[in-house]
Amino acid sequence: MGQYGIGQPIRRKEDARLLTGNGRYTDDVNLDGQVYVYFLRSPYAHAKINAIDTTDALAAPGVIAIYTSADIIADGVKPIPCEANAKSLKGVPLFKPPRHALAFERVRYAGEPVAMIIAESVNAGKDASELIQIDYEELPAIADTSRLADADAPLVWDTLGSNVGLHWETQESAVSEAIFKSAHKTVELKLLNNRLVGNPMEPRCAVSEHDPKTGRTTLYAPSQGGRRVINAIAKEILNVPPQSLRMISLDTGGGFGIRSKTYPELVLMVWAARKQTRPLKWRADRGETFVSDVHGRDQSTKASAAFDKDGKLLAVRNETIVNVGAYLSENGAILAMMGGGKIMGTAYDVPVLYFSVKSCFSNTVPTDTYRGAGRPEVNFIMERLMELGAQAFGISSIEMRKRNFIREFPYKTQMGCLIDSGDFPGTLDMTLDKGDYAGFEKRKAESKARGKLRGIGIGYYVEGAGGRPVEEMRVRFEKDGKVKIFAGTFSHGQGHDTVYSQLLNEYLGVDASKVELIQGDSDTSPKGAVGTFGSRSSMMGGVAIKRASEAIVEKGKKIAGHLMQTEPSKVTFKEGVFHGGTSSVTLEVVARAAQDPSKLPEGMEGPLDESYYYERQGESQNFPNGCHLIEAEVDPDTGTVEIVKFTAIDDCGTVLNPLIVDGQVLGGIAQGIGQALVENTIFDNETGQLLTASFMDYGMPRASDFPMIGIHFNSVPSPTNDLGVKGAGEAGACGAPPALVHAALDALKEYGIRHIDMPLTPEKVWRAIQAAKSGKAA
Amino acid sequence: MAKISMTVNGKTVSGDVEPRTLLVQFIREHLGMTGTHVGCDTSQCGACNVHYNGEAVKSCTILAVQADGSDVVTIEGLAKPDGTLHPMQAAFREYHGLQCGYCTPGMVMVAVDIARRLPCADEATVREELYGNICRCTGYQGIVEAVMAGSEAMQTGVLPLKDHH
Ligand code: FES
Ligand code: FES
Repeated sequence: MGQYGIGQPIRRKEDARLLTGNGRYTDDVNLDGQVYVYFLRSPYAHAKINAIDTTDALAAPGVIAIYTSADIIADGVKPIPCEANAKSLKGVPLFKPPRHALAFERVRYAGEPVAMIIAESVNAGKDASELIQIDYEELPAIADTSRLADADAPLVWDTLGSNVGLHWETQESAVSEAIFKSAHKTVELKLLNNRLVGNPMEPRCAVSEHDPKTGRTTLYAPSQGGRRVINAIAKEILNVPPQSLRMISLDTGGGFGIRSKTYPELVLMVWAARKQTRPLKWRADRGETFVSDVHGRDQSTKASAAFDKDGKLLAVRNETIVNVGAYLSENGAILAMMGGGKIMGTAYDVPVLYFSVKSCFSNTVPTDTYRGAGRPEVNFIMERLMELGAQAFGISSIEMRKRNFIREFPYKTQMGCLIDSGDFPGTLDMTLDKGDYAGFEKRKAESKARGKLRGIGIGYYVEGAGGRPVEEMRVRFEKDGKVKIFAGTFSHGQGHDTVYSQLLNEYLGVDASKVELIQGDSDTSPKGAVGTFGSRSSMMGGVAIKRASEAIVEKGKKIAGHLMQTEPSKVTFKEGVFHGGTSSVTLEVVARAAQDPSKLPEGMEGPLDESYYYERQGESQNFPNGCHLIEAEVDPDTGTVEIVKFTAIDDCGTVLNPLIVDGQVLGGIAQGIGQALVENTIFDNETGQLLTASFMDYGMPRASDFPMIGIHFNSVPSPTNDLGVKGAGEAGACGAPPALVHAALDALKEYGIRHIDMPLTPEKVWRAIQAAKSGKAA
Repeated sequence: MAKISMTVNGKTVSGDVEPRTLLVQFIREHLGMTGTHVGCDTSQCGACNVHYNGEAVKSCTILAVQADGSDVVTIEGLAKPDGTLHPMQAAFREYHGLQCGYCTPGMVMVAVDIARRLPCADEATVREELYGNICRCTGYQGIVEAVMAGSEAMQTGVLPLKDHH
């Protein structure tokens, strides 16, 4: 392990630039002659569009063009495809309604884009939008997740006949029911995984430009790797050759899963640029970002667990309704089973699982992947069941978990995921130790003396990381001595430049300052580029870099052998130097020689430039896991929940850079605590209006919501990838919510409150206390 | 249109603006200095913080015409011309106080202001003081540590280094 190699807390290369105002985000791009785009959005959650009249608006000052769905459809623009596929047990496929980039015939959620206005200034566009006359006929709307599958629910898609776009389930319904009947004890719970808005701090933004000379259109937009987005726009929506489109993602101000989508606005920015002679710029404000980014979570679940007399799990049943919104975004309809279901059971041995998901439409913003994408939901469900199980048996939360932990690996989950490694009991013990579990009662007494109720809660999680099983990376030595990494992944805050430089330092001995990360440009990214989501970059990108480095060494050995007049098979490579017999030559010299055909062995071509397309074997992901322990104080008079102590032990496998992994864990925790404590996305159940569409109404976690969090690792390297890494990005979002809810419920123990749905706002907690006092405990 | 002039990062600048132009728009769009960010439209996020006559102010909350004659420092004006980072910037790097970097300029400007006003602020105070700045990436821990360490560095000239497990 060198000074800059694997495992060192290297300070980030990215930072100097970002700290001095030299970051370059999409809104910082201004092209000569650019004009501005404004999207007119539906004020109704559900309405028929009888007519749209743009005559007056088109005559308004500064207006250049106005487009509606009629224009894009007439021009052959196809609906945005949803590539997710799934079937019910009876073979009924997922219902995929057409999603046009601009509302066609009906609007189905408040905020859906209806018209695109292009004008000389943003204000001219906004003013003109008010002159567009739309004859809307309002229809009944539905937003409430728990009611979507009801027979009398208003229909979002008439032709479907209900709102259930897919009922996906495993075979074990009858088997599990029989087990429940004969089980020693069973517990059951209804709970919500509240809808969340990702809210990267950089609002939605895009700039586009068409060059009639080359026939190419360039789209600048933040993303999590744009190749898939731009390919879908080219091939499936606009039907133009992929090479005629280029997507460039500059610095991207946060992603969290929601930035990886083929959004309607992006389609329109590309399409309209090809109609216009001047570049286009669109910058959403925060309110618009709230209704134009996909949302996350929004699942209503009934779950139950059956135990034998020793408190060992016999079976789990899970029935979830997922609110997918009005249209299908990429993975909204399948993430509950593909992301969540696959790891259901999480850290525990579950012999029989019945898992059912109804993916239902509603008159709300579409939902899709957001930090954890299905895994935080099942971890929350499973942890709640374990806690209720402990209560039912009158044993401690710790004992309950220990009786049920998976202890042998690999372990195949009921839905076929192979959990490769971990040390669940050890991680739990380490957490109790680092978090001074033993000293809790004393701290509780101290809190009591201050009039506060203190509780302690555990959240043990298992996450399935890695996402899609392919990724490509390319490493190229340049003439000037620089080493460029052309990445298929896309760093939008994760510090890839730093970590990948560490890898090249480790494997090739290259100085970190010589490494340059090239990413986010569909023209230069490798063909097999996929992107960054699902906590996959260290594994997929990292392994691909390692193997590309190995290919560099192999080729380098031949060149070095040629230079040293040694048999290449006798050449060895260590820390940047090739050795053969008594001679040696540095990789730097070899790389330079590789640029000069006269110095190369017969038939070999320079430079040192190797790509590696990494195809993960089978479906094997990696399984970060860990234990989060929270102590919270509840003020019984106000219902305020305050986190006073937080210890997190994570098994992220091999840690490439502890500084960055800490940051990833902390960021995930903050979003997990956000879900559990303050964040809620509220739609008016009558009108479907989003009531929480600004930072004044939507609870974003603040610095004062957290104590200093103690982060430690109990690393068990993953045996299924070369680096031994496990994902780190989504771990915190899985562990923190159950730990916080358990801490709060433990604090409220004396009231006998069984459950409170997230987020645990003062109002909800206060009401639960009042209800308990009057004998109506939840 | 109104004619305005002010000092930005030590240089006199002027421009012709519509009366409704916000200071942040003037900085970003008229001066082309894009280090100052916009993260919201309700003055909650703090990404747009600059120093306005020596105090941290959300530049989306003042009109450019109000700022006529003022002295403004933006994130671009903090490091030394030779590129040496301001102690607070160095602290953010040392303590991993940033990930995507979008909230960062505003955070750093506020952090410098906190350090000047409350040089020995404890953790709880720093967290309270950061109420007007939202970061979605970091969970704030690195930011809070950076503000405290950067504050110390501003007084002593020595940045305490992060101790790593
Ligand atoms: S942009 Fe000024 S506070 Fe958000
Ligand atoms: S670093 Fe991304 S918002 Fe703070």
